[in-house]
Amino acid sequence: MVAHADTRVVHRGGSKINFRAPVITQDSRFLICVSGECIKVFSTSTEECIHHLQGHKELVTGLVLNPSNHLQVFSCSEDGTIRLWDFTDGILIRTYNVRRRILSMHVSAKGDVFLVMPVKRNKKEKFGLVSLNLPPSVEQHVMVKGHTIVFQSVSTDPKCIAFGQGGEYVASVKDNVLHVYFLNKKTFYRFALGTSGEMAARNAFTCVACHPKDDCIATGHGDGKIRLWRNFNQEKEYTFSTVHWHHSGVNALCFTPEGTNLLSGGLESVLVQWRYGQEGQKDFLPRLGSSIKEIVVSPDGSLFCTSHTDNKITVIKNCTKVSAVIQGLVHGDGVKTALMVDPRTKALVLNGKPGHLQFYSLQRDQQLYNLDIVQQEYINQSNLDQFEVVKAALDSRGSWLATVEQRSAKEVEISLKLWAFDEHTQSFVLNTTISAPHDGPISEICFSPSSQNSTTLVSVSLDGHFKAWQLTQPDPSDDEEASWSCDFVGDYHSLEPKCCCFSADGSLLAVSFKEVVTVWSPASWDLLTTLSQPPGAIQDLCFGRLSCSKYLLGATDKNLCCWNLLTCSLEWSTALDVSLLLADPLSENVAAFCGAEKTTDLFVFRPSEPRPHFSQQALCTGRVTRAVFAPRDEPLDGCEESSQWLNRSQLYFLTHNMELLTFLTKPEEERLMALSKQPTIDDSVAMTPFYLLLGKHRKRQEEERDILSSQSGVRNLLPQGSVAIKELLHTPSHVLPSTSILCSMFVSSLLVSVSDSRDEEQPTEVEMESEKEEEDSEEEGASVPPRPEHESSDTGAKLGPVLTKAEHRELRGVKKLDYSWIRGLVTSNPVVNTTKQMVKTPKQRVKTPKPMAKTPKPMVKTPKPMVKTTKPMVETTNP
Amino acid sequence: MGEFKVHRVRFFDYMPSAISAMAFNVHTERLAVARADGTVEIYNFADNCFQEKVIPGKDGRTVEALCWAGQRLFSTGLNGEIVEYDLENLRSKYTVEAYGGPVWTISSNSQGTQLAVGCEDGTVKIFELVEDSIQFQSNFDRLKSRVLSLSWHPSGTQIAAGTMDMIRVFNVTTGHATQRMMVDRAAGANKKKEVAVWSVVFLSDNTVISGDSAGKVQVWDSQMGTLIRTHLVTKWDVMALAVSRDESSLLAGTSEGSVVQFQFISARLDQPDKEWQRTRTLRSHSHDVRALVHTDTAAVSGGNDAHLVVRPFMEKVVKGSKESAPCKITFPHRSLVSCGKKAGILLFQFPERLEVWRLGESNENGEELSVTKKPEALIHLKRKGDDHICCSTLSPCGGWLAYASASSVRLFQLQYDNDSIALTKVEMGPLHVLLWFVFFVPHYLPSPSPPPPEVSKQAVHLMSTSDDGQWLATANSDCEVHVYNLKKLKYHCTVPVYGSCPSAMAIHPTGSNVVMVHADQKIFEYSLEQKEYTEWSRSLAKKGLHGSWLNRVAPVTHVSFSASNPDYIILHDMNMFCIIDKSLPLPEKDSDLVGAETQLISNSSVFPSVFKNLLCVGLMEDHSLVVVERPLLDIATRLPAPVRQKKFAT
Repeated sequence: MVAHADTRVVHRGGSKINFRAPVITQDSRFLICVSGECIKVFSTSTEECIHHLQGHKELVTGLVLNPSNHLQVFSCSEDGTIRLWDFTDGILIRTYNVRRRILSMHVSAKGDVFLVMPVKRNKKEKFGLVSLNLPPSVEQHVMVKGHTIVFQSVSTDPKCIAFGQGGEYVASVKDNVLHVYFLNKKTFYRFALGTSGEMAARNAFTCVACHPKDDCIATGHGDGKIRLWRNFNQEKEYTFSTVHWHHSGVNALCFTPEGTNLLSGGLESVLVQWRYGQEGQKDFLPRLGSSIKEIVVSPDGSLFCTSHTDNKITVIKNCTKVSAVIQGLVHGDGVKTALMVDPRTKALVLNGKPGHLQFYSLQRDQQLYNLDIVQQEYINQSNLDQFEVVKAALDSRGSWLATVEQRSAKEVEISLKLWAFDEHTQSFVLNTTISAPHDGPISEICFSPSSQNSTTLVSVSLDGHFKAWQLTQPDPSDDEEASWSCDFVGDYHSLEPKCCCFSADGSLLAVSFKEVVTVWSPASWDLLTTLSQPPGAIQDLCFGRLSCSKYLLGATDKNLCCWNLLTCSLEWSTALDVSLLLADPLSENVAAFCGAEKTTDLFVFRPSEPRPHFSQQALCTGRVTRAVFAPRDEPLDGCEESSQWLNRSQLYFLTHNMELLTFLTKPEEERLMALSKQPTIDDSVAMTPFYLLLGKHRKRQEEERDILSSQSGVRNLLPQGSVAIKELLHTPSHVLPSTSILCSMFVSSLLVSVSDSRDEEQPTEVEMESEKEEEDSEEEGASVPPRPEHESSDTGAKLGPVLTKAEHRELRGVKKLDYSWIRGLVTSNPVVNTTKQMVKTPKQRVKTPKPMAKTPKPMVKTPKPMVKTTKPMVETTNP
Repeated sequence: MGEFKVHRVRFFDYMPSAISAMAFNVHTERLAVARADGTVEIYNFADNCFQEKVIPGKDGRTVEALCWAGQRLFSTGLNGEIVEYDLENLRSKYTVEAYGGPVWTISSNSQGTQLAVGCEDGTVKIFELVEDSIQFQSNFDRLKSRVLSLSWHPSGTQIAAGTMDMIRVFNVTTGHATQRMMVDRAAGANKKKEVAVWSVVFLSDNTVISGDSAGKVQVWDSQMGTLIRTHLVTKWDVMALAVSRDESSLLAGTSEGSVVQFQFISARLDQPDKEWQRTRTLRSHSHDVRALVHTDTAAVSGGNDAHLVVRPFMEKVVKGSKESAPCKITFPHRSLVSCGKKAGILLFQFPERLEVWRLGESNENGEELSVTKKPEALIHLKRKGDDHICCSTLSPCGGWLAYASASSVRLFQLQYDNDSIALTKVEMGPLHVLLWFVFFVPHYLPSPSPPPPEVSKQAVHLMSTSDDGQWLATANSDCEVHVYNLKKLKYHCTVPVYGSCPSAMAIHPTGSNVVMVHADQKIFEYSLEQKEYTEWSRSLAKKGLHGSWLNRVAPVTHVSFSASNPDYIILHDMNMFCIIDKSLPLPEKDSDLVGAETQLISNSSVFPSVFKNLLCVGLMEDHSLVVVERPLLDIATRLPAPVRQKKFAT
């Protein structure tokens, strides 16, 4: 096989951000969390991702702020390195190589670094807490040697280890035992709780937290109790008090920085705030969406942060208000639907929260939205049969979505829902609900890919039938919308159908019945041919694309067969245990995931060619049953032959433990690294698309304004008219001129204020133009440089604003003159006019016909005839 | 072992009376418990919490508070009297009128020289203890409302008194109040309701801790009169407080039935400044906890649900030892039921009446028999006078019935004429006061018999006669067992004194051996003819009893024998009954004993799972077994409703 050094499998997009507790920075502005192999820095105010810190080669397993420099963060990974980052600039500062798998990391208040890593003991591998001395160094790469084991056997979950009293002691819980180790005195205490029988499960410790000031250890338990341990430096006289609110296990515990409150959370998705010392009083923050996994408090205590099991981080401000929600790809218990790509948004579509479909943008690594399919309240309780979305399909243009929900309480309840995309709301709207579309569970649904309006949906059920559904146009007399109804019911020798597939042009439908593949014509619903290659029932079907569209591929649990549809004969077959067959919609490539013993192999091939393009063995552990080819925005320039299949689209697949993996080629990786090293615009506003859009615009505006103000000297852009009115009203009436004089001024000032905002657009140009024109006209007379006509009409439309310029200037002068402004105004008008008149006169000659048409305007705007006159001139020049 | 026909008797509707007050004497390790009907019980904590003495109550006497002053026990009640008890003769010695209306509380100073009582009229009165009596000494400044609780400072110079809305600290020598501490009322709707300070505790570091009806436990500085800390414990009342001897732990009993522990610990390890922190919550009662005692190793609580609960602190006891087992005492450690073996009738004893019942009959065979003839109540016999019945008995033939109270012994003859029953009172000559318990011998009545030379003055609490009427054995609370020959009417012998009090005793019908079971669960068999322990008893003592037998909490209250097989000994306590077969070899000490039918001592059968809450197990003449049960659930349903508590998911 070919060696593929240039492609590797990575976590990219949709990784778990709730895998470890997030870190809030000292100034509460940033939230740092792990995300697969990289670390993400979010802004706590805007929820936007600011940096991707990339560098680790494997899963990041821990994050802690550098206690000696609060602008740096340590991260540890399963690749055996600790890396120190500057998170404000997104720069890797140093790499410490420990050369052993690291499972979590802790830093005591004194600055000592502790790691949880595998420790060999009696030939059994256990996890131990290890104290490490990071050598001071200025080099980029530092080898760390020598460590001391503090605890022999600890839990790998960082929630189960806590440091108290500024690093005086460390508390670790595992199963039913609490260990406290005083680091200075080197004394060790062990407290066990009812370890026998039923009590053991109820009393099991789930998490631990130490009070920042007092010597008090809080532990959470499997039965929902919280115990507060005191006097734990005595083997017998130790004591604890118990508080109990949670009805199921306590998942997270955290003290606020001052130690006045204790926060706890669990399955109930309620954040409980206990008063330390008065545990009877407690506050609740309910309805946080899903069960709480971790709780983190910012160093100043103003922000709480809860991470949830549905891959969500909630930022809570002032203990009461959810201020931001960072949602990752929801990793449910199992993805029942196939992975799909929404053609409109290019988002990945799959099961999200219970009863929902999520639309997840892989490019931006962000959830776009959730679509509530079931539209029923989800009850957070085990052993309840609730509706689940089991199947979903999108048509080729993304305008229709079909979903199947199922509940298997006593008898199977199924309903098929069809959703139309609403352009107005930009989301899917329920169009048709078909309850009990089939008698048995539906095994597959698919839309025909025909691009015409008449879309067909085929559903295949274990009750022995497949049904075709079509959109029927109602009577034009009715107001009803078009809805879906059954068009055809097909079966074949009452065998159970398993899967169905449309050819790329929609002219053929293949439905597999046990060992037999039947090919139908969707136009007439005739059975065209049957293909069979026993033994073994067909598990998966797929048509070839583009040049290979004459091939039909079918996978049984032992063989992969390829039929030629022109000859209706078997082209080739090979012995492979294919778990998933997937055709790339943009190329001829077909990907086959083959379940080997415990791992999965991947083959990418063209049905027409004998050799696979790409193969990778031991891709991941467990079977892969969900994968998708996501089309790229812009095709990669294919360089290496082995990675060419990734040029048009990217292959994403889900492992059995719900990790989303993909392939990354080397050039792409380099490009990404280069991107991440770009200096980013930081400061108070996070770099959001919105900011980029609006911020740039505003900046340009500001610059323009600066130019404007520097030229015209007008600082205050508020409508000057209002000033005039104010002065007019405040002036004693006996010193005012007669109303007839004032009236026109007053009216014009009003006009000015209305059109003021518009003239900001291009005032400078206009002014400069006019000046230039004046010069030009004086020098060259009619030979004015030609200008596009529309511009002149533009300026013509902006007559009003232009006129205000003169007004501005006048008013500026007026303000300084105090009460004498009236006289100034009255007298200045003729003066201005006369000065301009001189310039104007030559042009007046040229364009005699126009003034006639424009006469109504000058009448209204008496003070500004001069600029107006310049405009007609422009018009006349062109003809 | 054979099969028995079992009469499961559940018609004895015995109701234990609510516990209203408790007092613990640290030096003698005796706990005095007062019940709502005026009964005072003395438990010996040095001897497995055995109920050593019972002082029967009296109509019109309630006990609101109890206190020990040295070896002397005093009580007060709402009838306004102070009572001192005669602990040898188990009756009240004298009463003193306090002249202050109902007396709510009594407390003695740590030296045992003075008593302080708090009265309804707002006075605190000091009495001086003199030989065989108490003498009024002084009145403190009168308060505006009733004095509900009192506590002496350990030095004896100050007293804290809890009243309505307020705590006062008095100087004992001047009788003037030195501090006045106002207690907050409950928030909300109860704002207008006065707060009753149900309990105060005065600690040696001048800290006063109070528990009140608003559910608070408050810590006060008595020198400055300031509040240090408030712990809101419950929505209801905090009825009782108890502090440990070293003042490091405090218990608070609430109306919800929970007991909350507070500990005096420092917030930072290795630093001296300590504060009271709430730690454990013990839930062992369904109703109000009215009385609390903090012994060195356990929390003892009692309340309206009539259970006396001993909950050991795990850090103070050795794990797995006998002290570490929690213990719940509901039934008295003596028999309230007597069987007329031959006639098939039962006598039930209540404080105010006696009931005679005839057992039902059934002709069927099988697992569960339907009753063909229902049990019927033959006689309801009401007592005369104010004193409660303290013991009663029925002759095996069912023809004679007798009961005793603190003042008299009465004997009746029963005559059955088919359906009608005649009850005639038989006059008796003067009886010796020593004989509290009256047991019937088939042929003739016991008459005064000369006591042995150096017998103790303690009252006899157990008595047993042999079936042939030859022997009489008595046991008293000094653990002595004396045997008399009734035929010759003279003292026969004394069984060697063992350190634990006998809880049950019987003389074998044929072998003239006396079998004794002690409060520490040890079993002895003594031959009256040889005047020595029998071979079986010696081998048992040598081998030792099995740990799981010894670690049982409830003492054996009844011993009986099988007429058919002389090797069988039938024992029962509150939770189980067992039959010992002496002929079988003893089990190994360390062998595992599991399952419902386990071998405990010798080859014995225990039936813990089938029968529960036993008051009596007796073998009738016709080889049927009578099991008198009193299910705790039946008792609980007859109690008044507890305060409402929110239960999860309701």
